[in-house]
Amino acid sequence: MSPGHKRAVQHDAALPAIELENVSVRYEQALALENINLRLPRGARVAVVGPNGAGKSTLFHVIAGVVRPTEGQVRIYGSGPGRHICVGYVPQRKVIDWGFPVTVTDVVMMGRVGKMGFFRWPTRHDREVVRAALDEVGMSAFADRQIGELSGGQQQRVFLARVLAQEAELLLMDEPLTGLDMPSQEAILSLIDRIQAQGVTVMVASHDLNQASEQFPAMLLLNRRLIAYGPPQQVLTTTNLLAAYGGHMHIVHTGEGEVMLADTCCSGGTALALPSLDHAAAPVVQPVAQETMQGMRPPR
Amino acid sequence: MDILQLISEPLTYPFMVRALLAAIMVGVLCPVVGAYMVLKGLSFFGDALAHAILPGVVITFLIGWPLAIGALLAALLAALLIGVISQRSNLQEDTAIGIVFAGAFALGVALLSTVSSFAVDLTHILFGDVLGVSSTDLWVILALGSVVIGVIVLFYKEFLVLTFDPVLALVLRLPATALRYLLLGLIALTVVTSLQTVGIALVLAMLVTPAATARLLTHRLLTMMAVGAVLGVAANVIGLYISYYLNIASGPTMVLVATAFFGAAFLFAPGRGVLWRMLRPIGAQAPAAPQ
Repeated sequence: MSPGHKRAVQHDAALPAIELENVSVRYEQALALENINLRLPRGARVAVVGPNGAGKSTLFHVIAGVVRPTEGQVRIYGSGPGRHICVGYVPQRKVIDWGFPVTVTDVVMMGRVGKMGFFRWPTRHDREVVRAALDEVGMSAFADRQIGELSGGQQQRVFLARVLAQEAELLLMDEPLTGLDMPSQEAILSLIDRIQAQGVTVMVASHDLNQASEQFPAMLLLNRRLIAYGPPQQVLTTTNLLAAYGGHMHIVHTGEGEVMLADTCCSGGTALALPSLDHAAAPVVQPVAQETMQGMRPPR
Repeated sequence: MDILQLISEPLTYPFMVRALLAAIMVGVLCPVVGAYMVLKGLSFFGDALAHAILPGVVITFLIGWPLAIGALLAALLAALLIGVISQRSNLQEDTAIGIVFAGAFALGVALLSTVSSFAVDLTHILFGDVLGVSSTDLWVILALGSVVIGVIVLFYKEFLVLTFDPVLALVLRLPATALRYLLLGLIALTVVTSLQTVGIALVLAMLVTPAATARLLTHRLLTMMAVGAVLGVAANVIGLYISYYLNIASGPTMVLVATAFFGAAFLFAPGRGVLWRMLRPIGAQAPAAPQ
């Protein structure tokens, strides 16, 4: 066998891009995911929502093949994730050491490492792919910057370029919009659109139920168990939201409509006006509790 | 006495030439490996490893084998023990490191205390004996050092992914666990290789201080390694000359010079130094990276 990393497996386009069958994940004593069943077709675009500790990151780790399910099976285009190098993963901002001495180009080139194989240096082709990926996300001008010098939105675009350079067919993004200003969020969302248009299956974890319901054709509501999956108006029902958010959820009847408030402590609460309830008045959306402000602080 | 004479005079002694060659090789090797330690917070691990190899060094010393063999075996055993204790108990890894490191070090000192020349030997092992480096030692340093640098060159891009984003390493299906052990093994090999120049107690400074100084001055891993190597060589050579002329112990002098370099970078590094920040007018933009 020639020296190299594991070869990519062939994809059967007729099979679901992601298929989870009775997947449970147990860490030490705690159950992080319980009996998840899910099928996503190629090119799906799904927002994954749920309270803190609902297992959103664990779900992504299981699909990416980083964490092995305690029970059940994960299949990517029909086979276990272990041999696929087609999964693009953008981690939460807080797990990355932004002071690490790497440039934007270095980070994007990392996406090529799986394809390059051992004992090889980047070829002209690899460099061209990286350059094209940076062009695509509009970050070419920053190619030689250290990543810590960029804004939060620019950093997310660099990680999307890394996914493009990886030529990923699955994109998993863990809360890419948290802490970003509106223009940056819109830039990332439109990039996700473009990537999805190339046939990439996209899953994005989000805290913002409103945005998720507006921007994504499908939502997946998670709280250890899969509570609901489908179009936003089917997922965002009072029953489902109460099942997912439980004690954190408050339904407030006001003169102007029905408002649902969530104060998930410490990482950005959510306020959501229920769209489907039959009140004529405009919905009111407002944050509650001091803690909700924390998630809105701009990144350092 | 002119400057050329100052430089050339010590070199009339063969032991000084050997010491200088050892200092240069170790000066290049340590910061390259140390860069990973600085970035991954492995300083304590490296220090523990250096102390934990004492019993191996003493045993091979007593039976007259090359010290490097005992040191290497002891390092591997210590790393294994640390791994087993932290995985098979509810103790944190740093606690496991502390237990193994102190226990092994005590065993080494106890073994050495059975020898009549205890004090002299312990001093050499603890603080190094760069002036006593033999030509065989030089070849050993060259061979082991080349292996370490060679492996880093071969796995540079994989190590970069592993240290920057371990989850990406898994997503790209790199053999992350094997690579992590390889990196720890390289640290152990470097500690063993560098032992004779600065000794157990100070080898950590060789690994960490020039690399940390370079960290303050650079924005890319490769340049960090290169700048670290230049600083490491400079500190060791300058330290060796100072120790020769002022008649102080060589190992500690090299470490003091490296520490002085770090202090200077900490205060004056462009854009990041403490004084630079204090002098920068409030509200001014951070300057662009020099790359």
